[in-house]
Amino acid sequence: MSADFIAHLGAHVVLAGAALLVAAAIGIPLAGGAVDRPLPRGVLLALAGGFRVVPSLAVLTLTIPFLGLGFAPALLALVVLALPPILVNTDVALRSVPNATLEAARGMGMTERQVGTRVRWPLALPVVAVGVRTATVEVIASATLAAFIGGGGLGDYIVSGLQTGNFPELLLGAASVAVLAILADAALGVTQRRLALSLSPTSG
Amino acid sequence: MTSSSSTASPNGGARAGGARVELDGVGVRYPNAPFPAVDGVDLTIESGTFAVLLGPSGCGKSTLLRTINRLVEPTTGTIRIDGGEIRQRDATDLRRGIGYVIQAVGLFPHYTVAQNVSVVPRLLGWERERVERRVDELLRMIRLDPARYRDRKPRELSGGEAQRVGVARALAAEPRVLLMDEPFAAVDAIVRASLQDEIARVHRELGTTIVFVTHDVDEALRLADRIVVMNAGHVVQTGSPTEVLERPADAFVRDLVGVDAETRRLALERPLIER
Repeated sequence: MSADFIAHLGAHVVLAGAALLVAAAIGIPLAGGAVDRPLPRGVLLALAGGFRVVPSLAVLTLTIPFLGLGFAPALLALVVLALPPILVNTDVALRSVPNATLEAARGMGMTERQVGTRVRWPLALPVVAVGVRTATVEVIASATLAAFIGGGGLGDYIVSGLQTGNFPELLLGAASVAVLAILADAALGVTQRRLALSLSPTSG
Repeated sequence: MTSSSSTASPNGGARAGGARVELDGVGVRYPNAPFPAVDGVDLTIESGTFAVLLGPSGCGKSTLLRTINRLVEPTTGTIRIDGGEIRQRDATDLRRGIGYVIQAVGLFPHYTVAQNVSVVPRLLGWERERVERRVDELLRMIRLDPARYRDRKPRELSGGEAQRVGVARALAAEPRVLLMDEPFAAVDAIVRASLQDEIARVHRELGTTIVFVTHDVDEALRLADRIVVMNAGHVVQTGSPTEVLERPADAFVRDLVGVDAETRRLALERPLIER
């Protein structure tokens, strides 16, 4: 592998990884805080639904007037893209913990905080992980578009391949992004199955 | 429409293991509900009594039960346990001293049997060694081999086993009151019968005051020292199983127990297993 390719791959991973971290750090607590409050929850889910239908390229382009070109606007656009699946899945995850289980926890004398940290969040975690996994695949694929606004990454090969009619270069970019997304998805899939398995052993 | 009633332990006098629970004019009205869920209930459950709240679904029996550990706050009236008003106490603190059993879903699926059973002792900050000892003791009490069951997850238990673990969990910190909300509704008839024997035996051994909610007349007759029949938020009759069968207070109670009243009365005369 050439140094050039590794640099592009690295930039791609850093951009996608940073976007996911920021989106998870914002989205998970936000959805957690809103889940039992009907009004904020409604607003949040409506926003998540709204963001979901905006095309990635449009989001990327719309950030340029505010942040210019480069890494920052690309990061912001990808965070916006990663937020909906994380918000929605965290919400679903927390609401899918049976009410009876939470009542049992309260009935045994757990404080609300203990109900959250010892019962509700641990039980919700596998579904929260599904959201992060979905977001990961979307962000790795969409980070390709960052090249259009100077965000770097593997998308550079696609952009320059398109401009110069260099088909092998274009293919290199497209294929490596696809492989990266598949690998990340598989890795997170394993983690997620481990999480789910630790909650519900099927054998023994 | 206030029903006034008092139940006495059949053995007379207080046993060491149970608290006296007094409800005084307890009413619960949910916001925007046209009728109160529970209306002016006066009820004294003597120390060590096995009291069964019996009634159709929606009659308020479960709501009434949940006022005793403050999962539901009454809108009127007061509740005292061993003379102390529970409203004065910290709710989580109060609940750690009261056992609570619901249907099998109440076990925490991410905890092992041992972790489930030891929730309250750990909340109370018991030493690890004492917790371990108590877990084994409880598992033996509910006749599950500690070596085999300690480290299982709820998914690896049968319905009956899960429910027994639920009972062990509720009894872990030696509560003086045990609240049971339709605990055996989700298991089949044969398992239910053996669970009923089990809880009757535990009650006999520990003398804990038990308040048990069911809509199953036979279950109520089988387990109760005192039956509290409820309808539409009111207590309509309180009495021993024999009294309820032989002298139903009104048409509602007669309909509830009536269909097989004679058979049921005969069944009561025959001593139950070990009872």
